[in-house]
Amino acid sequence: MTLDALESGKPARITGVDWASLAEDEGKRLKALGVDEGAEIAVIHRGVFGTRDPLALRLGNMTIAIRRVHAKAIEVEAA
Amino acid sequence: MSRKRTAALVGNPNSGKSALFNALTGARQKIANYAGVTVERKAGRLVLPSGEPVELLDLPGSYSFDAASPDEAVTRDVVKGTFEGEAVPDVIILVLDAANLEQHLVFAQEVLELGRPTVVALNMIDLAERDGLTLDPAALSQALGVPVIPTVAVRRKGLAELTDAIAEAETHADEEAHTRWHVTLPERRLSAKHMARAAILSKSTRHTIENGVDRVLLNPWIGPVILFGLLFVVFQAVFAWATPFADALEGGVGVISQGVSDTLPEGLLRDFLTEGVLAGVGSVVVFLPQIIILFFFILVMEASGYMARAAFLMDRLMASVGLSGRSFIPLLSSFACAIPGIMATRSISDPKDRLTTILIAPLMTCSARLPVYAVVIAAVIPQTSVGPGVGLQGLVLFALYVAGIVGAMAVALVLRRTVTKGAASGFIMELPRYQLPRLKDLLIGLWQRAWVFLRRAGTIIFVATIALWVLLSFPKAEPGESQLDASFAGAIADTLHPVLAPVGFNREMSLAIVPAIAAREVAVSALATTYAVDAEDEELAAQGVTAQIAALWSLPTALAFLAWFVFAPQCLSTIAVARRETNGWKWPAVMVGYLFALAWLAAGATYWIAVSLGL
Repeated sequence: MTLDALESGKPARITGVDWASLAEDEGKRLKALGVDEGAEIAVIHRGVFGTRDPLALRLGNMTIAIRRVHAKAIEVEAA
Repeated sequence: MSRKRTAALVGNPNSGKSALFNALTGARQKIANYAGVTVERKAGRLVLPSGEPVELLDLPGSYSFDAASPDEAVTRDVVKGTFEGEAVPDVIILVLDAANLEQHLVFAQEVLELGRPTVVALNMIDLAERDGLTLDPAALSQALGVPVIPTVAVRRKGLAELTDAIAEAETHADEEAHTRWHVTLPERRLSAKHMARAAILSKSTRHTIENGVDRVLLNPWIGPVILFGLLFVVFQAVFAWATPFADALEGGVGVISQGVSDTLPEGLLRDFLTEGVLAGVGSVVVFLPQIIILFFFILVMEASGYMARAAFLMDRLMASVGLSGRSFIPLLSSFACAIPGIMATRSISDPKDRLTTILIAPLMTCSARLPVYAVVIAAVIPQTSVGPGVGLQGLVLFALYVAGIVGAMAVALVLRRTVTKGAASGFIMELPRYQLPRLKDLLIGLWQRAWVFLRRAGTIIFVATIALWVLLSFPKAEPGESQLDASFAGAIADTLHPVLAPVGFNREMSLAIVPAIAAREVAVSALATTYAVDAEDEELAAQGVTAQIAALWSLPTALAFLAWFVFAPQCLSTIAVARRETNGWKWPAVMVGYLFALAWLAAGATYWIAVSLGL
């Protein structure tokens, strides 16, 4: 399952990231923020109705915002 | 004598670095640019216990030395000593958010690997305690091998200890440091986790307030309503709250003007001081209260952590015109002034995204337009109420702001499909924790903005006003002839007027927009000076520019003037900054061209519609 399909509030673990599908700087930024294999993650808020883009993620003690296109590159499993 | 010592604050974004910088240096800060790049260099003076002054640098927040933005590259190069023209800092003050150690310790390891003399400020320890964390600084110090000082920058807690540690740090350079550390990111992340766990004595399961607050503020339905409500309140406040202060300033200028008239003999010098300097510069300085109120709201939104939420809420909308939520922050800053707004685009990593944001930033209604709007609205829009707490004047002001935003969005859409065509950009950003903004940080921020405005009033606006007064006052009119008709300025206005007459502009307006290219608010001082020099009616001359506009302009003409200022590229400093940020004249030229075209069309459309409606 990719992160964009994860139900809000459900904790999950990242099992893989398709770095090749992301722009170089975006990949760097995501990695620096701790989005990487093995990290525990949850979707806590979703953006405006309709597309529900962007997503707010809980990652450790941080909240980060990403878009659905990024979430689609992140493979997760329920934790 | 040895050279002046330097220290640098380094840390992740949102580590409370700037608050710590303010607490350590106070209001005496020097803000400039790093040589050759458009990244802001903030420096201040820190005094050690021995009395020795140290230059303290506030380096841009950074997640990693593997830079993903120009800001991060500057931090990396300065800290490593490879930035030309910058001395390598003698001491590094590594700022960590106590409540987010696991994340902040990752970058911390990269910094410590350099082996430079380093002191760790375990910052915002009060917020960590609020989140239910009890920390052990000694354990962290042991693990990192450098002194760790718990600090609460905003309450000045731990500052004396930190200063002591900075004074002592230089003797503790650890040349062997780099061999102790892991190198790959996953390894760093793992050791960050271990160090963070070892430093946390206890952790209660108390819920952080972010979740609850964000549930409301980021709610897809309520969130945008709150955001727009807030923005509406801001613009009402800018208009309503500032009035008493502006009146007081205006009264003060009047008293000085009267004093000059009474003491000096009649003649050129007296005219120059009263009609030129005081009428011109004075009419601009009275808008200082409004600018301060606007910046107050922007600074509060930034310091509280709400600005990032606003970016989150706006991302979808910005995406629809090919931008991202990140552009929202520079664009919102542009409501105060396009210059800091354009400079804030540096945080946008995508180059086409950034260029588009720079090109549309001047469409956001900056505070320099406020004097023009305020004077014209006060003159021609009745002071009636259209609902509880909603005045018609405030509503018109709001509409002008909305016109700028809608214009900007439309232009962005066109640009992203033509000149800045390219792949859709992304949006990745940290949403910082909520904090109560501290008065001292707000005051320092407001002081810096007010100072920039007053310096502009004292230089660009002063010079433009004097030049205009000279053009207006010479050659002197024959008896029976109007001074404006006789002057050089009249001749310039006559040249421009044929182009501007179709959109409803009178000669005074055609004249006023010329010096307004130096700075928009000069339009007000230009009108004030023009009417002061030209007034045949002594009573009208004494009433000030608002009354003169009310008496002399028709409603369609006044509305056309407002519409012109929504779009016109009238500030040389903005054009200069755009040139610097885009490294050439091409994009500023594109910007100026499209803005003048839009201004003429908007003024025209407004005038023609207003006339046909019989206003």
